[in-house]
Amino acid sequence: MMSQAVASKTKIKTEKTAILFYTIGFVVIGLLALACLLPFILVISGSLSNNAIISAEGYSLWPKGFTTYAYQTIFENAKTIINAYTITVLVTVVGTVIGVVTIAMTGFVLSRPDFQYRYGYSFFLYFTTLFSGGLIPWYIINTQVLHLKNSIWALILPSVMNAFFIFLFKNFMRAIPHDLVESARIDGASDFRIFSQIMMPLAKPAIATIALFTALHYWNDWFTASLLITEEDKHPLQFLLFRILSSASVVVDTSVIREEALPSETMKLAMAVITTGPVLLFYPFAQKYFVTGLTIGGVKG
Amino acid sequence: MAQLETITHQVTLQKKTQKKKGIIHSLVHQRTYWIMLIPSFIFFILFAYLPMIGVYIAFTRYDYGAGIFGSKFIGFQNFEYLFGVGTEGGFWSSPIWMLTRNTLLYNLAILLLGTALQVVVAITLKELPSKKFRKSVQTAMFLPYFISFAVVGVIAYNLLSTHGFINTFLTSIGVDTVNFYQEPQYWPYIIVLFAIWKGLGYGTVVYFAALSGFDESVYEAAYIDGATLMQRIMHITLPLLRPTIIILTLFSLGGILKGQFDLFYNLVRDNSLLLPTTNIIDLFVYRAVAISPNIGLGSAAGFYQSLFGLVLVVLVNWVVKKIEPDNALF
Repeated sequence: MMSQAVASKTKIKTEKTAILFYTIGFVVIGLLALACLLPFILVISGSLSNNAIISAEGYSLWPKGFTTYAYQTIFENAKTIINAYTITVLVTVVGTVIGVVTIAMTGFVLSRPDFQYRYGYSFFLYFTTLFSGGLIPWYIINTQVLHLKNSIWALILPSVMNAFFIFLFKNFMRAIPHDLVESARIDGASDFRIFSQIMMPLAKPAIATIALFTALHYWNDWFTASLLITEEDKHPLQFLLFRILSSASVVVDTSVIREEALPSETMKLAMAVITTGPVLLFYPFAQKYFVTGLTIGGVKG
Repeated sequence: MAQLETITHQVTLQKKTQKKKGIIHSLVHQRTYWIMLIPSFIFFILFAYLPMIGVYIAFTRYDYGAGIFGSKFIGFQNFEYLFGVGTEGGFWSSPIWMLTRNTLLYNLAILLLGTALQVVVAITLKELPSKKFRKSVQTAMFLPYFISFAVVGVIAYNLLSTHGFINTFLTSIGVDTVNFYQEPQYWPYIIVLFAIWKGLGYGTVVYFAALSGFDESVYEAAYIDGATLMQRIMHITLPLLRPTIIILTLFSLGGILKGQFDLFYNLVRDNSLLLPTTNIIDLFVYRAVAISPNIGLGSAAGFYQSLFGLVLVVLVNWVVKKIEPDNALF
């Protein structure tokens, strides 16, 4: 509001340098924004191109020899992709629900001024951000001690929460006056009821933010599967995409084998579009929650 | 006003914490709190603290059959190999120095260039008089943040492969094509560019949020006094933004030994031709577990990274405490 007022005033004055600044600003920022979008346009147009023409002439901004052949081939033998989609959706939903509930409970307790052990527990959480055993001990514990290898829980549990989200939630809860809790207590509400029926509805923006961050993480996770899942029927979408890009043999497995003109190049691009589709459709509406998350979280964890 | 509130809040907090009644009393009377902490307690024990004990692996010749404590203890042998102890070249030609140098240089380049671009974009966006333009630009720039690194790998391949967009373009202007996937010298630039591209929207949002919090009356006063647009940017916006830039940069410096693994691995894959210019600590550790197993050596490198990282964070926090005590982590 205010910045607009200032901006409109500067417009009236029209300094020469300001006009130059605006011109350069619009052009440069516009080009940067375009640079962020261009790769996506290339992927989409490539996925709709004819593989033979691509191999001969290379990619371009517009589809060459427009065809939906790559998509058709993927969906002709849709079992692999539907299976990967199911795994990803399942992992995302279950992981996000468990994550949000447990993060919220911990964040709520840590924000209570009457809980005297909150500093100690915060340190217990905080220390994990300062020091970690590293990837290999983590891997060994997951596989040799917890026996998560090739379990669907391997995709969910190891990243179900982290200290940063707990502190983000705690900071948000702290802004809600504790008097509210005190008065509910006087009215005879139990601590759990206070949490679930008073605090949670008030914390909706924080819940939405954490849910979206967590869901995005699960949706985009290829890494956990690359280490902990070797059985192909448990591979999530992003790891399927990863495998398709790294070897042509996988492409042969996942599609009907056609000796001539296997659309491997355009199929890779079509797979990328298919795995990212929901995120692309959803993110313009979700981005404001990410912005809130960044601002509540602030610099401090 | 807000400060006064936090002060009174802190005073009441102190009063409340003064009447300590002991852990037994708390376990009984605040049992709901304790019950609510159980899930996170179990999680952090299993997935964060148990692996910390697992750093013992770095001191063993790891044997899958024997498990962590059944494997042969070999003292510092893994570390000696990593640090080039007893070799002809010594430390300066050791694996760990090469990995550390690569990691530091990459992260520094990404941090400095990325931050500079994010700040410039945020300031420019704030000054540009079209809100609609700002919104759509922010949405466009935020897009790369939301996609998975597997997709980034596809995008890179689509741009850089022998018949990718860049080579198609080079051919069309009559320049020889470049086989990027066989030419390691291009990759530092490619990786840094992709990292900046992926982080631009996120960083811009952070700095833009900081800018939006500035007191507008300062700008109005400056305007009335006849300050030009450039003067307002140079003498109001930048000085006000400086603490945020410094703090965020310092904290990123604390994590400078970590990260970007997703990006590196998805761009480079198992292409050993590119490894000379792209090997970083995280990549080395990942290869030691997933590609050419050497569990002990990989754990040692990971332990070194964690320990060095911890020292850096403590150091950075000490510096932050000197300049801006409110922003210190601990």
